[in-house]
Formats: sequence, structure tokens, C-alpha cells
Amino acid sequence: MKLMVKNIAYIGDSESVKGFSAVGIDAVICNEPENAAAVLKNISDKERYAVIYITEELFEAAKKEVAKLSLMTVPAVIPIPGARGNTGIGSKRLSQFVEQAVGSDILFK
Amino acid sequence: MAIMNVNPTRMQMTKLKKQLQTARRGHKMLKDKRDELMRQFIELVQENKKLRDEVEQKLRDCSAAFTNAGAAMSREALESSLMSSKQQTGIDISQKNIMSVDVPVFSAVSESPDENDIFPYGFAFTSFELDDAVMSLNDLLPELIKLAQIEKSCELMAAEIEKTRRRVNSLEHVMIPRYEETIKYISMKLEENDRSSRTRLMKVKDMLLEKAHHYSEKQ
Repeated sequence: MKLMVKNIAYIGDSESVKGFSAVGIDAVICNEPENAAAVLKNISDKERYAVIYITEELFEAAKKEVAKLSLMTVPAVIPIPGARGNTGIGSKRLSQFVEQAVGSDILFK
Repeated sequence: MAIMNVNPTRMQMTKLKKQLQTARRGHKMLKDKRDELMRQFIELVQENKKLRDEVEQKLRDCSAAFTNAGAAMSREALESSLMSSKQQTGIDISQKNIMSVDVPVFSAVSESPDENDIFPYGFAFTSFELDDAVMSLNDLLPELIKLAQIEKSCELMAAEIEKTRRRVNSLEHVMIPRYEETIKYISMKLEENDRSSRTRLMKVKDMLLEKAHHYSEKQ
């Protein structure tokens, strides 16, 4: 039971991260989806963050990097809808979890 | 089902029987683990779904609030007022063990000088919509953190369930049948050996008697 204090980061385009830095979340601006993987890698390597929120578009673009982090206890990489609206990736991810665990999506179909 | 490549000896059979017993016990325990993990996972994932829908809705509202605030004041002023922050939200991480899966437990620690004064800007040049927007985002924070915790737990548990399920299946459908077949093969081989040595003995006995008493000549 080790206790540590880490921070929260939010990777998103400049429109989406607006306001988050005001409530104490480190906003990391990434406007091009191509750079998302590099930015995420850069941030997770420092191990400063416990939770990394990321807009759904960038989450999709940085999938490879996300997969590397998925089996570690921290950080948690969580996709949330950005300013450009909800793409449904978050809910799809839940379905994927159920599918992985049960073998088929028995809950959300 | 292929049998294992072993010598058909009694010792080997005893060893295999012991291994089969262990495999059966392991299979039972893993099955229990899988069932319990599954039960907790289903519970958690349903909560996750509910929370996610809620958070997504609220995030949309927040985003709309910031857009509204942006309409009431200039872009530069909005950005400069939101650039800095008065508080730094940290997360206290501890770990919880659910059926051998280490899941994180996040609790927010807000390092702000004053709980009621979260606004990183003066009120003179900003619109009141902005205050509302920042406030609503601040209120959303605990839920966002809870979502992160639950979703990470679900992710880790799903991976663990998949692994356990594979193990259970491989024990049930591959390992245990293979042990059983091999044990059966050895025991049949041993019986066969037994029978063949017995007939051999009988034959030898016949031959010796024949030599001593010459039965066939007397007839």
C-alpha cells in the first residue's frame, strides 16, 4: 500500500482543454492527431501523472501508445469527449472490456 | 488426444496421478477465481457505464458553458484568465487488491489556498458566465476522477479475466484429459506386460515339465 501524490493531465486540442488548467489539471495542447502518440509517450514517461485524460480523437490516434499503458496500474488513460463532440469511443471501449472478459458483449448490445 | 511421451512404468504413473490431482485442484480454484472476478467485473462495468454517460453529459454542458463565456468576452481575455491556476489538483494513489488484481484507488487532494476561491482571475474584466463554467468544471472533478478509477479497474480486470479464462480452459480441455489418457495408457501397458510375462511363465513351466516327465512320448 504505497501512497503517492501525482497529478492529472488532459491532452486535447486547444479548444477542448480550455478551462481545465483553471481547476488544477495540467492541460497539454496537441492540435495534430499525428503527434498524439508522441505527446502521450512524453507525458507518461515522466511518471508524474496518475490520470491522463485524452480527447476521443487523439485517443484513437494514439492507440498504440495507449495499449502499452493499459496493463499498468498507473497511469490511467481515459478518453473523454472533447469540444468537437462525442464520438462514442468511450462507450465502445467499455463494450470491448466486456467482450474481452466474457467473450461476447452481453451487456451493452 | 495425444498422450505424453513417457516411459510406461509404475513410478511414472504414480507421478502422473499426483500431477493430475494438482491439475484438478488448480482447475477448481481458477474456476472459482474466474467466477468471482466476473461477478465483480459485471457490477463494476455497469457502474462504469452509468458514470460515463453522466460525465459525458456534464462535460458537454461545461463545454457549452465555456463557449458561452467566450462569447461574452474577448478571446484573448478569456485565454489569459484561464491560463494560470490557483489550485493544483493532485491524486493520492493507493492500491486495492481485487482477486489478485491490483487496481488503483484515486482520491483527489486539492492544493488550493482557499476552498471557496478557485478562480484564477480577477472578477473585474471577466464575465459571470466564466465563473459558472469554471465552477461547474470544478464540481465535475470528483466524478471525473472516480470515472478514471473505475475505468482503469475495469480495464485491468478484463485483462485478468481473459487470462484466467484461458488457463481454466487449457486445464479443462487439454491438460486434464491428457493426464487421464496417459495414465490409462500406462496402466494398460502395465497390465499387458503382466499378462505377457504370465503366459511366458506358463509356457516355460510346460516346457520344463515336458523335459522332466516326457508326457508326449508316453501317450
